[in-house]
Amino acid sequence: MAILELSGVSKHFGAIEALNGIDLSLERGEALGLMGDNGAGKSTLVKIIAGTFPPSMGRIVLDGEEVRFARPVEARQKGIEIIYQDLALCDNLSAALNVFLGRELIRKIGPCRFLDRTAMNARAAEIFAELKSETRPRDLVKHMSGGQRQAVAIARTRLVDPKIVLMDEPTAAISVRQVAEVLDLIRHLKTTGHTVILISHRTPDVFSVCDRVAVLRRGRKVADKPIADSSPEEVTGLITGAIEGA
Amino acid sequence: MTKIASRQGHAADQRRDTVDFLAQYAAPMFLLLLILVFSLLHQNFLHPLNVMNVLRQVSISGLIAIGMTFVILTRGIDLSVGSQVALCGLAAAYVAKGGLESRFAVGVEQAGNPVILAVLAALAVGMAAGAVQGIAITRLKVPPFVVTLGGLTAFRGMALLLSGGGPVSGFTPDYTWWGQGRIMMVPVPVIIFVVVAIIAHIVLRYTRFGLHVYAVGGNEAAADLNGINARRVTFLVYVIVGFLSGFAAFVLSARLNSAEAVAGLGLELDIIAAVVIGGTSLFGGVGGIGGTVAGVLLIGVLRNGLVLLNVSSFVQQIIIGVILVMAVAFDQYAARRRG
Repeated sequence: MAILELSGVSKHFGAIEALNGIDLSLERGEALGLMGDNGAGKSTLVKIIAGTFPPSMGRIVLDGEEVRFARPVEARQKGIEIIYQDLALCDNLSAALNVFLGRELIRKIGPCRFLDRTAMNARAAEIFAELKSETRPRDLVKHMSGGQRQAVAIARTRLVDPKIVLMDEPTAAISVRQVAEVLDLIRHLKTTGHTVILISHRTPDVFSVCDRVAVLRRGRKVADKPIADSSPEEVTGLITGAIEGA
Repeated sequence: MTKIASRQGHAADQRRDTVDFLAQYAAPMFLLLLILVFSLLHQNFLHPLNVMNVLRQVSISGLIAIGMTFVILTRGIDLSVGSQVALCGLAAAYVAKGGLESRFAVGVEQAGNPVILAVLAALAVGMAAGAVQGIAITRLKVPPFVVTLGGLTAFRGMALLLSGGGPVSGFTPDYTWWGQGRIMMVPVPVIIFVVVAIIAHIVLRYTRFGLHVYAVGGNEAAADLNGINARRVTFLVYVIVGFLSGFAAFVLSARLNSAEAVAGLGLELDIIAAVVIGGTSLFGGVGGIGGTVAGVLLIGVLRNGLVLLNVSSFVQQIIIGVILVMAVAFDQYAARRRG
C-alpha cells in the first residue's frame, strides 16, 4: 500500500496557478527525486505535504488516512519530517539543542520541569554516530561546516520514526565533499526503511540515490518514472521543456 | 596541504573562542578592575556601608534589567520601562492609600489597603502595559522599538494624568520596609534583586521557555518551523519586563516613601546600557543574567566610585556613554566574527 498518495492536488495564489492536478504516489522505503526548474511548483508541493499551507483542491492520503494540515507541526505529528533548504537552525544554540528544538527532553524535579541537557546530548551523540557524522552535540551550530549543519538538520528526523522525510535542496549550498556526505545520509535513510522525497536541481544527486524521478513543469507533473528507465539527458529535457512529456 | 588548512582552521577557531570569551566575560573583568582601582584610590570604597549603598542603588534598576535581558535576547527592546515605573508606582501608592483622592493628602500617613494589594496593583499594571505592547508587536507587527517608544510617551502621559502632576507620599512602615528595611544588615531591595536574578537565571538556562527565548532571538523563522510558538514567547517577554518594572516601581516608591509621575525618567537608557555592557547582544540570542548583573554592578560601581573621588556627575555621564558605545562596538565586532 502506498505510504503517501496525492490525487488532483492544486494550489492557486490569487490568479496564479502554482500547482495543477498533481497525482503522486510513494511506496514505503522509496526515494523519489522531485525535479523542476525555478517556479515549476516544487516548493509549493513540498510546502503542501509539509503542512505550511493546505492545497486549494485535491486529497492527501497518508498511510491510509486522509490528512489536511494547517501548520507544519501537525504534519510533523503525523510522521512527516522536513529538512528545510536553509535547514532552520539556530546558530546560537548547540547541535544537541537544535536537534531537540521544539521536542526537548524534560526532567521533573518536584513540580518544576527542567531541560534534560545530559539526556539530549547523549541521544544526539548516538544519532550523530549512527549518521557517521563527526558533529559534536555540545558545539555551537555557528561554528560548524555546511556538512555538519546538514547532519544536525537530518538528525532531527531521527528523533522519531518518521513515515516520510522531505529534503528541500539539501545540496544546494555546500561543497562537493559535503554533497557526498549528504547523499550517504540519504542512502542511510533508505536502508532504514524511510521514504524520502528529495527536491533537487542537481540531476547527478537524484540519479545516484533515488529510485524514481518526477518532473514538474509550470505546475504540472510531466514525468514520473523509475530512474532505471530514464537518463540525465531526458530529465534535463523534461525540465526545460525540450521534451514534452514521458 | 590538509595540515596547513587544518592549522589555519585551528587558529581561526582560537580567535573566535577568544572573541566569544571576551564577549562573555568583559563586563565581570572590567568590574573587578574598577573595584580594585577604586579601593586603592579611596579608603571608604570597600567599607560595608558603601558596599551596601551601591548594592541598594543598583537593585531597583537591576530588577528591570533582568526583564530587559529577556526582551533583548529575543532581539527586542523595551523603551517604556521608565514610564512603566511611574505608572506602576502610582498604582501601588493609590491602592495603598485607599483611593485616588489620597493625592490631596500629601505627606499624611494614612492606611487604606494592605501592602499586598499595593504590590499586586503595581504588578498587574506592569503586566498589562507589557501585554498591550506585546500584542502590538506580535499581532500588529509594529517593530518593538516603535511600539515601546509609543509606550514611553503614553504611559508617562497616563501617569501625569492620573496624578495631576503631584507626588503621593507618606506610606505605612510595612510599606516602606520593602525599600528601606534590612534583613540581617542587608537591604531588602538587594535581597529581592538577588532572589529574582537567581530565578531568572534558572528560567533562562534550565527551562524550555528559556531555551525558546534564545531560539527566537537566534532565528525566529527556524524556531517557528520547529514548532515553537514564537509569538507567544515574544509576547511573554514583554509581560515579564512589565512585571519586573511593576515590582521595581513598588520597591522604589517604598524606598523614597513617595510615588510620582516623573519617577524613572530616563531609566530605560541606563537599563539598556547595563544589559548591553553585560554582554547581551542587541542582535538577540546571546547573553544572560550573569552578564546583566555584572553590567548593572559595573555602572553602579562606576557612579559610586566617581562620586567618592569628587568627579562631577557630568563627567560620569560622558564616561558611561563612552563605555556603552565601546560595548556595542565590541558586540558588533563579535557578531561579525561569529558570522
